[in-house]
Amino acid sequence: MSVQTEKRTPPLSTTTSKRPAGTLYRGREGMWSWVLHRITGVAIFFFLLVHILDTALVRVSPEAYNAVIGTYQTPIMGLGEVALVGAIVFHAFNGVRIVLIDFWSKGTRYQKVMFYVVIALWVITMLGFVPRHLINVFSH
Amino acid sequence: MSQTIEAPRTPVRPARNKGINWEKWGWIYMRVSGVILVVLIFGHLFMNLIVGDGVSAIDFAFVGGKWADPFWQWWDVAMLWLALIHGGNGMRTIVNDYARGKMTRSILKGAIFASVAILILLGTLVVFTFDPCPTGQPADLLPSFCAA
Ligand code: HEM
Ligand code: HEM
Repeated sequence: MSVQTEKRTPPLSTTTSKRPAGTLYRGREGMWSWVLHRITGVAIFFFLLVHILDTALVRVSPEAYNAVIGTYQTPIMGLGEVALVGAIVFHAFNGVRIVLIDFWSKGTRYQKVMFYVVIALWVITMLGFVPRHLINVFSH
Repeated sequence: MSQTIEAPRTPVRPARNKGINWEKWGWIYMRVSGVILVVLIFGHLFMNLIVGDGVSAIDFAFVGGKWADPFWQWWDVAMLWLALIHGGNGMRTIVNDYARGKMTRSILKGAIFASVAILILLGTLVVFTFDPCPTGQPADLLPSFCAA
């Protein structure tokens, strides 16, 4: 036989590292995007529970609402809002990435590229948001 | 003594194959609601954190001004329902992944369901029963249109 055309499973020694160094998934973009998606999802959920309760104070009295929303305007909470918006923006962009992986025919092939696109869009969005928000918080 | 070890992904109980496939619809819901929520939440954050003085401008009068317009009422109600059900269903997935005992799982999922149901009810009532000009309140805390 001169030409070998059959496809063979590559030997295990060429596909499996002897050192513990993760796998196709572990420790790579796929895993970290999932970890971040999960943590941000939980954080937003708990924020939302509190946020609906604080908004409900508009039915108690203007004073009660203003007192609580006033705490959103302090420097410490201002920094917390930066974290919250950072979490939402990541979860939102990565959520769109998940949808594209599931429904776009080339989605799985580009999942890694799309992760870096998510990071880049996150940086751009935060560069636009953070300075403006901090000026609003610290100049009043 | 020999012991058989089940394959790693053997389900606890066999998958149902009759009736409505709720897990599938939940999966679809996460994706559809997610895409809509991008618009609703980014719009919400833009109006409340970016425009004008951002978070520093928010007070009772600000909310009164926004909810005087049915557009923002429906915007917020849509966001409320979609986000809470999306978040609640996502939390359910996480409980399914990590909570092992039968009791623990029921309690956690019951708590998630109860908080989502109560807050949807509360939030919806708040938007639609809101009175921007409550009587007997200091005028300087109310939206300017209350004076007319
Ligand atoms: C720091 C960031 C945020 C601020 C300052 C803020 C502020 C407000 C304010 C002032 C209202 C009253 C009505 C209105 O203005 O539309 C409100 C309502 C609402 N917000 Fe936010 N918000 C923030 C983030 C979020 C996020 C991230 C979500 C979604 C996950 C969200 C969901 C809602 C909902 C569902 C309502 C309606 C509540 C109800 O029906 O009673 N908000 N928010
Ligand atoms: C901004 C728009 C959003 C988009 C595009 C989005 C998208 C997604 C997607 C695609 C999933 C994956 C579902 C699956 O794997 O089957 C997911 C999971 C989740 N989302 Fe969102 N979401 C958004 C907003 C939110 C909000 C506002 C909350 C909280 C109230 C939230 C909480 C969660 C949680 C807890 C999970 C489960 C995470 C997991 O299973 O690892 N998401 N989201």
